[in-house]
Amino acid sequence: MALDEYTEQTGGPADEIRSEFTKVGTSPDRPDGIDKVTGRARFGADAYAPGMLHGVIVRSPHAHARIVSIDTSRAEAAPGVKAVVTRADFADGQSGEDWAVMENVMAGDTALYDGHAVAALAATSLLEARDAARLIEVEYQILPHVTDVDEAMKDGAPVIREGAADNSVPAGMHPNVVRYHSSGHGDVDQGFAEADLVIEDHFVTAATHQGYIEPHACLATMGGDGRAELWCCTQGHWNVQKLCAATVGIEQSKLRVTASEIGGGFGGKTTVFVEPVALALSRKANKPVKVVMTRSEVFRASGPTASTSMDVKIGMKKDGTMTAARGVFRCQGGAFPGAPMEFTSMCAFAPYALKHVSQIGYDVMTNRPKQAAYRAPGSPMAAFAVESVVDELCNKLGLDPIEVRLKNASRMGTKASFGPTWDRIGLVETLEEAKAHPHFSAPLAPGAGRGISCGFWFNHGGETSVTMAMSEDGSAQLMVGTPDIGGSRASMALMAAEELGIPYENVRVTVADTASLGYNEVSHGSRVTYASGLATIQAARDTVRKLCARAAAKWGIDEDAVTWQDGCAVPSGPNAGDFDPLPIDRICRVMGRTGGPIVGHYEATPEGAGVSFATHIVDAEVDRETGATKVTRYTVVQDAGKAIHPTYVEGQFQGGAAQGIGWALNEEYVYGPDGRLQNAGFLDYRIPVASDLPMIDTVIVEVPNPGHPYGVRGVGETSICPPLAAIANAVSNAAGVRMRQLPMRPSRVLEALEDQD
Amino acid sequence: MRYHTPESFEDASAIAAGAEGVTRYLAGGTDILVQMRSDIVTPDDLIDIKHIVGVKEIARSDDGGWRIGAAVAGAELGEHDGVGADWPGVVEAMELVGSTQVQGRATLTGNLCNASPAADSVPAMIAAGATVSVTGPDGPRKIAVEDVPTGPGQISLVRGEVVTAVNLPARGPGGGDAYLRFTPRTEMDIAVVGCGISLTRDGDTITSARVALGAVAPTALLVEAAAAALVGGTLDDGALDALAAAAEAACNPIDDKRGTIRFRTHVAGVLARRVAKIAYDRAGGAK
Ligand SMILES: Cc1cc2nc3c(=O)[nH]c(=O)nc-3n(C[C@H](O)[C@H](O)[C@H](O)COP(=O)(O)OP(=O)(O)OC[C@H]3O[C@@H](n4cnc5c(N)ncnc54)[C@H](O)[C@@H]3O)c2cc1C
Repeated sequence: MALDEYTEQTGGPADEIRSEFTKVGTSPDRPDGIDKVTGRARFGADAYAPGMLHGVIVRSPHAHARIVSIDTSRAEAAPGVKAVVTRADFADGQSGEDWAVMENVMAGDTALYDGHAVAALAATSLLEARDAARLIEVEYQILPHVTDVDEAMKDGAPVIREGAADNSVPAGMHPNVVRYHSSGHGDVDQGFAEADLVIEDHFVTAATHQGYIEPHACLATMGGDGRAELWCCTQGHWNVQKLCAATVGIEQSKLRVTASEIGGGFGGKTTVFVEPVALALSRKANKPVKVVMTRSEVFRASGPTASTSMDVKIGMKKDGTMTAARGVFRCQGGAFPGAPMEFTSMCAFAPYALKHVSQIGYDVMTNRPKQAAYRAPGSPMAAFAVESVVDELCNKLGLDPIEVRLKNASRMGTKASFGPTWDRIGLVETLEEAKAHPHFSAPLAPGAGRGISCGFWFNHGGETSVTMAMSEDGSAQLMVGTPDIGGSRASMALMAAEELGIPYENVRVTVADTASLGYNEVSHGSRVTYASGLATIQAARDTVRKLCARAAAKWGIDEDAVTWQDGCAVPSGPNAGDFDPLPIDRICRVMGRTGGPIVGHYEATPEGAGVSFATHIVDAEVDRETGATKVTRYTVVQDAGKAIHPTYVEGQFQGGAAQGIGWALNEEYVYGPDGRLQNAGFLDYRIPVASDLPMIDTVIVEVPNPGHPYGVRGVGETSICPPLAAIANAVSNAAGVRMRQLPMRPSRVLEALEDQD
Repeated sequence: MRYHTPESFEDASAIAAGAEGVTRYLAGGTDILVQMRSDIVTPDDLIDIKHIVGVKEIARSDDGGWRIGAAVAGAELGEHDGVGADWPGVVEAMELVGSTQVQGRATLTGNLCNASPAADSVPAMIAAGATVSVTGPDGPRKIAVEDVPTGPGQISLVRGEVVTAVNLPARGPGGGDAYLRFTPRTEMDIAVVGCGISLTRDGDTITSARVALGAVAPTALLVEAAAAALVGGTLDDGALDALAAAAEAACNPIDDKRGTIRFRTHVAGVLARRVAKIAYDRAGGAK
């Protein structure tokens, strides 16, 4: 979910929440499964066009440098080269986020981070393109740089861009502080005075990358008339259409964007990086151009999440009552505004019903790549800081970590730390399930530690448009506009099949291109199963109404006198008349003669996404001689509202935990004193491998969301909110020393152990 | 770039001797192909040695040791019962390299000649007292493994020389070896510290030992003071302390993204203790 898109989620459809299902709640194979395991699925780099060229991007080797000149003449003369572009080949005059995207996609007069694109070229082969790229001569004037969030806020720190701050920022702050957030209620000082114990601590987290397995890739075709086609791996092709149109300077409808299969996104594919470059090269060369990032480009130039520096203070009574909480969250999001500090602030204390609470956030610019969304942007870091302090309070006061959380838990009707009053939420249920889970009461091996954490994410609705077209044989074709990043085609097919009363296999779900469906917001904010799911159900109900109308016409009775049952139109009661059930295939077979094609649709911006909470339990062991940490047991308990396809819900739970383990233990962007990224590859950017992970147990809690016809809440993001804290608590309890900085790599744990002795 | 597929080491050597510019051999390719892909090295001549007869053979040598062809892959070494029985430490070190896919290609020879200070099989080979057979313009010779790397990415072979095989000595009675490395991840990672130890026992008493450390200096180190701490004793706590102290003292690491000086030095001592215990048990007949 992008930063400006959080609106308070209220209300929902008037309909009752359905609770009886025959298909929803089962876990059939995903429709894209065979294609993916046999290699037939077409990802971003799997598109080819006649006469296609290969594009390569030239990137700044400096953290911060003025571009004095760019000489492309030698590259233009190199064998096979058909086009060279610099910023001058893009449109100008953008504002707001469009401007930031333009500036990030191709630097203007200043390179703002190591890896910032400064030029690009296209040649007939990739080898020629790579060779020619070395011939582009860029003269730089190196400027002082800063990559650390606390350093960037200090007096005298190099200014990334003068005048970048908006008017939320209090006077007197460094120009690198570009946005400010403050929220809360009550009087925290009074609350702290009421506490028996107050703990205040400082926490730091490193920037981490989403680590999707598929690099950014696209194939662009653009003619001299400005009409263009783009194939790319993205979480949202309408957004790609919008951003590309703004950066290459064409009307949106001139560009048709098709989303490929996607090899992971986790938020990082909600914007554009190479797509406008491929279009500009294609326009100039008048040929199709393919651009595929290398892994090192993915690390250097696509968006990681923010790094943070945080202070959290919480007061507690001896009986576990939390009296007040305050947090200050400084988030660094690279060389542009956008670090998700308001989400960090708003999520921080969301699990707790607090009389006195205050949260402050700072969005700070540095010489790093422009951050992009990463699964519940900002929330995991907040949970790390807050839940660590809660754990420490429980330890010091000798209290049970689940009982304390239950005592203070947000519930329906309590006021959220960031303002609204909670609707029906499932935090307490996740805590109760965690308490009852055998994991929580299992004895710990000597030297092992256990950690608990709660986590929260808003979830999102967003613009959604869905069309359902019936085939003559009674099978259905569903067009959605949300790229399938987590098995959503299976969930859509289940919901459609449930409503139509036809087999799951008889629904084909297609992610339609931008020219074939109404606008759809990006697959983010855990919105797909909620919003596209809601739209699918409504489009299916629209279809059913039309099917019933055909039966009514055939029987010569009122449309209202026909209902839909198990895939058949039936008279609604004895008064409606005595007709045999009319099956869907018989209605569809003659639809051409009975009124034309049967198509249902639905378009809306649903706003009842329904927030989601989770509680995680983690056991960890620490090798006290080397500082090495091992997660030995992991249990995720999360509220899914209603699990449409339980296996994929579990997959989301496990995936969040797995990414959290990497973030907590080893993943980090490492910058050298020269401001260059030291570990732009999977060897030294250590995401967990299979053997680093325990079996991740899952418990699906279902507290229905009143805003969805089946009660669905998004599940994709909440699962990554508790892990950092839960793992840090487990490691801290195992080591006997509080770990306040992520990642908890072995050298850091060992130093903490040594300092403790 | 010219790609060659000679059918004998003499031909390979002649091509290399006559070549100008950058020359590389292609054994498993798991280092060199990666380096080419990432623009670290662009060879003018790439000489594939896998077409040479016998290059994938593992054979008993006359002295009772083993001769391992230059293109024998890690997986092949791992499945060879004889080498594994004699030199489990060398085999376990090589098997740590990469993943199943990488194991199908990666070789001891490539691991050594790539000359990474962190190469896993190298400390184990040094501890074992391994040598390499080399063919070159001046005829064949044997070089101790510890004398091959001279610095990161640098080896002592002269232009035209090529490794034909790795030789492991006869194990003899009462011997045992072991290798451990420390990595932040469980797999697919690069050693922050590696330690190989080979020793022989007479009853409970250690009669000879070789201790080698990887990733703590520009090349893998043979640490004689550490070996001296073991010989004559029964691996009691005093010997282990002396071993760890000698191992730490030998370290001359760098501070980098993979580990600090303080951390590497400390872990070298920890690993030396752990490896010595395994080698000692193996020498005593433990499987
Ligand atoms: C994913 C991955 C994981 C890895 N993990 C590890 C690891 O855990 N530990 C580790 O130590 N290494 C690791 N490596 C590095 C590599 O796999 C090893 O160093 C491997 O043993 C190299 O052997 P090779 O046969 O593939 O060498 P090649 O790439 O074929 O050659 C490497 C070098 O040796 C030279 N050379 C090859 N043969 C000869 C010869 N006969 N005479 C003289 N010089 C020669 C070549 O010129 C070249 O410079 C990893 C690599 C990858 C890609």
